[in-house]
Amino acid sequence: MKKTTRKWAVAGIAALAAGALAAAWVVQPALAPITPPAPGGFDAASLARGARIVAVGDCMVCHTATGGRPYAGGLPLRTPFGTIYTTNITPDAATGIGNWSLAAFTRALRHGVARDGHLLYPAFPYIHYTRLTDADIADAYAYLMTRTPVQAAAPDNELIFPLGFRPLLAGWNLLYLRSGPEPDDPARGAEWNRGRYLVDGAGHCASCHSALDPIGGERSPAFGGGNIDGWDAPALTALLRAPKPWTAEQLALYLRHGWSPEHGAAAGPMAPVAHSLSLVPPEDTKAMAAYLMSLQAAAAPAAPPPPAPAPPATGADAARIRQGGTLFAGACAGCHGDAAPMMAAGGRPPLNLSTAVAGARPDNLIQIVLNGVPWTQSRSATFMPAFAASLDDAQIASIAAYVRADIGKRAPWPELERRVTEIRKENQP
Amino acid sequence: MSTLTVNGVTHTLDIDPSTPLLYALRNQLELNGAKFGCGLGQCGACTVLLDDQPVFGCLTPVAACEGRRVRTIESLGSGAHPGPLQAAFIRHQAAQCGYCIAGMVMRAQALLEQNPQPSAAQIRAHMEPNLCRCGTHMRILAAIGEVAATRRVAPLARKAAGSKP
Amino acid sequence: MTAHVTETGTIDLRRRATLGAGALVLGFSMLPRPARAEFNAMGVPPVADKALAGSLKTNPMLDAWIRIAADGKVTVFTGKVELGTGVRTALLQIAAEQLDVAPAAIDFITGDTGRTPNEGYTAGSHTIADSGTALLHAAAQVRALVVQGAAAQWKVAPENLSTRAGTIIAPDGRNMHYGQALRGIDLHRAAQAKSVLKEAGAYTVIGSSLPRVDIPAKLTGGASYVQDMRLQRMVHARVVRPPAYGARLLSADIQAAGRMAGVLKVLVDGNYLAVVADDEWQAILAMRALSAGAKWAKGPAMPAAANIHATLRALPAQDIVVEDKRAPGGGAAVTTIKNRYTKQYVLHGSIGPSCSVALLDDGKLTVWTHTQGVYPLRAAIAEMLSMPLDAVRCIHTESAGCYGQNGADDVAADAALIARAMPGRPVRVQLMRDQENQWEPYAPAMSTELSASLDAGGKVCDWHYELWSGSHNERPGNAGKLIPAQLLAKPFTPSPSLPMPMPEGGGDRNAAPLYAFANSKVINHFLPVTPLRTSAMRSLGAHINLFAIEGMMDELAAAARADPVEFRLRHLEDPRARDAIRAAASKFGWDGRERQRRRDHGFGFAFGQYKNLMAYVALAVEVRVERSTGAVQIVRVAAAVDCGQGVNPDGIRNQIEGGILQSASWTLYERLRFGPDGIASIDWASYPIMRYSNVPARVDVVLIDRPGAPFLGVAEAAQGPMAGALGNALADATGKRWRDLPLAGPQLMA
Repeated sequence: MKKTTRKWAVAGIAALAAGALAAAWVVQPALAPITPPAPGGFDAASLARGARIVAVGDCMVCHTATGGRPYAGGLPLRTPFGTIYTTNITPDAATGIGNWSLAAFTRALRHGVARDGHLLYPAFPYIHYTRLTDADIADAYAYLMTRTPVQAAAPDNELIFPLGFRPLLAGWNLLYLRSGPEPDDPARGAEWNRGRYLVDGAGHCASCHSALDPIGGERSPAFGGGNIDGWDAPALTALLRAPKPWTAEQLALYLRHGWSPEHGAAAGPMAPVAHSLSLVPPEDTKAMAAYLMSLQAAAAPAAPPPPAPAPPATGADAARIRQGGTLFAGACAGCHGDAAPMMAAGGRPPLNLSTAVAGARPDNLIQIVLNGVPWTQSRSATFMPAFAASLDDAQIASIAAYVRADIGKRAPWPELERRVTEIRKENQP
Repeated sequence: MSTLTVNGVTHTLDIDPSTPLLYALRNQLELNGAKFGCGLGQCGACTVLLDDQPVFGCLTPVAACEGRRVRTIESLGSGAHPGPLQAAFIRHQAAQCGYCIAGMVMRAQALLEQNPQPSAAQIRAHMEPNLCRCGTHMRILAAIGEVAATRRVAPLARKAAGSKP
Repeated sequence: MTAHVTETGTIDLRRRATLGAGALVLGFSMLPRPARAEFNAMGVPPVADKALAGSLKTNPMLDAWIRIAADGKVTVFTGKVELGTGVRTALLQIAAEQLDVAPAAIDFITGDTGRTPNEGYTAGSHTIADSGTALLHAAAQVRALVVQGAAAQWKVAPENLSTRAGTIIAPDGRNMHYGQALRGIDLHRAAQAKSVLKEAGAYTVIGSSLPRVDIPAKLTGGASYVQDMRLQRMVHARVVRPPAYGARLLSADIQAAGRMAGVLKVLVDGNYLAVVADDEWQAILAMRALSAGAKWAKGPAMPAAANIHATLRALPAQDIVVEDKRAPGGGAAVTTIKNRYTKQYVLHGSIGPSCSVALLDDGKLTVWTHTQGVYPLRAAIAEMLSMPLDAVRCIHTESAGCYGQNGADDVAADAALIARAMPGRPVRVQLMRDQENQWEPYAPAMSTELSASLDAGGKVCDWHYELWSGSHNERPGNAGKLIPAQLLAKPFTPSPSLPMPMPEGGGDRNAAPLYAFANSKVINHFLPVTPLRTSAMRSLGAHINLFAIEGMMDELAAAARADPVEFRLRHLEDPRARDAIRAAASKFGWDGRERQRRRDHGFGFAFGQYKNLMAYVALAVEVRVERSTGAVQIVRVAAAVDCGQGVNPDGIRNQIEGGILQSASWTLYERLRFGPDGIASIDWASYPIMRYSNVPARVDVVLIDRPGAPFLGVAEAAQGPMAGALGNALADATGKRWRDLPLAGPQLMA
């Protein structure tokens, strides 16, 4: 961790400790365990609604290890505070939530408290799930209780001292947790309110798309852009400043299909979000898009500002761009070239419209080239091979320089090769 | 001029440096093993080793291979003296049309060099990027598993971590 | 016929189909007279002597099949070709066995219009039965002639002589090789109706799992495929196909492409575009440039995918009554079940896109091609180029598995057209992945309706089945079937599509149930014109027909409160069918399956005899459904196969395992994506198939060998039963019936 961040962290922890002492008189009791409810006891309509909420909530994405059984946990979440392993939320009585009553489940989502009273880390976004209605929480409970039980205990967390001491979280909650659903805004229509409910509640979009302060709280105003797992989550309040301004229609397509014909594909941590959203009814993604579009800065320009004209590259930079072009022709143009089948028949957007190419930082482009977009069997599958093994840092940097200059027509990113090296290193397990 | 080191021999080729490795191997060097299956990095028929890592030959320009070591199936053995994986595939008759097979062997070779005794699950996960349309998967897995169980592929010497892949 | 009609919207009347002697003979007004009789619409040449065995009927001369040189070198010829199924080895075994020559000593030549018999297409699982039987007899008769020749030279009785490894041995130890023995004997004679065959009990080669002769080269970088050909002065070509059916070329920047590095020629002919270069990568770059600069007028819109079956069923149909059995007796119906079943268009998806090499030299055209039928292709190419038949030679050279008609014939036509423009230079054309995917003829989307009734005794008393399907056979014999020929400025029109006659059938293959039902009616609604190009794919209609039949059998069994296996046995008299069913059930542990039942697991059984004529396959499957994702894991499969005298047991197992996995992929995952703008399944991302993560944990195949029995075609026999078993297993796992393929995916989520 950087030095300034460390100072903040120490100060923050001290504040938390104080808050925790103050809040210590609020002792969280254990709620009585129950026998796991019989799956047949839930009605089909409730289960269908629950599936929808759980899909918007992306529960399976975090609570499933790579190659693991759904909802059985064990996925490592790397945070600035250490590694947290997601828990088993299948209805297994011993290692999952099988012995959790609806009241215990509700308390976890509303207040971040486990059945036995221990506080949950806010890597679990209960500050968002707290906005779910009782009915939706009950339906989500029904759906999770009918999953296949899996016996699997998550590995122990590896957190920096003293964050393993959970009561500190009581102080954190005082700062950041506002429990309970928000009332609808009567000045807005049904679709906007539904969209806000989904985005701010189950969707927890701000968890990634907002910056975090040094003690992991989401900064205000929300959606100013964040960073998750080494990927930049773009600011959702700047959608009109994309190379082609986003529209509600394009955003809904992107959320639903995992790519937009005017922007590009969901990659990195966003890809599984789109896979989950491909399962919910289209009116939900439409509502989310409508709400998000309403957040754009009041004085948005009518047309996006033209890209800052880049001075023509010279010398070593020009040579590197030429080298990038050569590599692009052999490695990339089969899919990303002008008349490539993916473009012509597949309707994919050209790279100059891509958020990754236009972004202030090269990080997302570097990540996509290194990792590709992995193959899944979901309905919204996009796919790109990974180039980490075939291209070295200098070669990836030259491709990025070429794409930025000759395709994106934007000012160059500084220190590209160093950034590639850093990102590749951070990606090592 | 591009230099390419393939199976231990360095060649100087007067070709467009954007040429994907696959075509340089097949046309300039007349090596048949790596195949054109899609040209898009989706099927693995072109899999070769680049600095001991499995890569798609169809998407790796020759310009990216300067100073790096390419290995193809021809380096593992011949008809008269097949290498361990080749011999196992022949024993198991792990081929139907056979078009995907050289890519399969190279991807498996990379695994066994890094991890000489992978589990069955690890083998399956590692082979995922390669497609077989004829449905020969069971025999391919059995052949790789047999070589893994008998530790016939020599592991690579440990390498220092660095920026190169 | 696909939607490629002439500008006036009518069918070219010069291409008339006429009925002759029970076979459909196509008349080609442009071909010389002998060529018209070369083959019929099924690619089969006319019968010369129907008393002879296998393909000897159509190719009766012994030396068409076997030649022995003066030095004893044996060459064996087959009109069939190696598609990756292992028949090269199996046929070699048959010849070697009856000839008593070591397999390794035989030079084995496959499909070549310049050298081999005409056996039509390698298709329909006919190879071992037709070519194998011909070789069985021809080899036996040649061996008899060899023995006779030696006997005459030694002046001894032939019965006292024995043969071994190409040598005739006398009781006193004298020996001579076959070449010597045949001095003065001409193998250019017709075969006889009867042969003295070696006893099956004495077989040492047939029935042994001889390792495939082609596999070692494929594992060590030996030149094995047409893609590996490198001829002197060979050039590389790429084509630019239209963006969709019926698109018309408005303009292309020929000059710019022609100026690119290494480009030798740019061809434009109507809607046909191609570019030739010295180097393959140069050809690809030029193809990209030519494609980027080309402008096309859109053709007619394609139908939407969402309601394709309704669209297809509304098209004009030719109604064919496949079966109409009414028997007296049998009880009245107490339960009737009625269902509809569908499948989507399925892509052949050859792992290697099609490729061909052609050379026009001194007025003679040679085409190296992975076509299934070298003779019909030759005729089509000759017609396309207005060349006499004997100036064109097609030599089969392997490519990736085709599983029916893929782009092989089309790219051979590309090579021929481009070779004509580059006389004296061999031309290699490789289709790109998207070109193979967008222009190959798909397995037709089909829909079926089945109504069946049980009587009070728990037996099926009534069965009514109807199916709707487009053409399963668009193979050339006719230039108009070739895509390049359709794109030329003076285009060729394909001859009308024809249904494939029973007993083998096309869409109606395996539509008539093998089970003994008193009353049964089966109707094939053949759709001669459908919006997507379709043709044969491994097992043709049997895939969906057996899916439907076997699914219905399970539903009827449940209604009769009977075990699914016992219920099938109740309706089957054929002892070989019963043996296969019992063997599969036993290998699987079917009777004890309830003890192994776990949550979200299901068990399914199915059976079929391919075409009701060929190999018997029964199989049982255990699946697990991941309800949170809709993923299907195949836990294990146990299959039993009876294909008569097995020539190469391991080869049979390999084909059945492969068929099981491939059918699982089709049945669970595969659907072609398309829409009004054209074919959207341009690559593997847009057409996902089975990957290692979907592969079963375990597959066991039991072979029931029938020594001496006729060879029964086996390579396609697993496709239908596997689909049926999966459908039944998923119903068992989920408690719900799924009848629209593909089966895996979000609809299984719960």
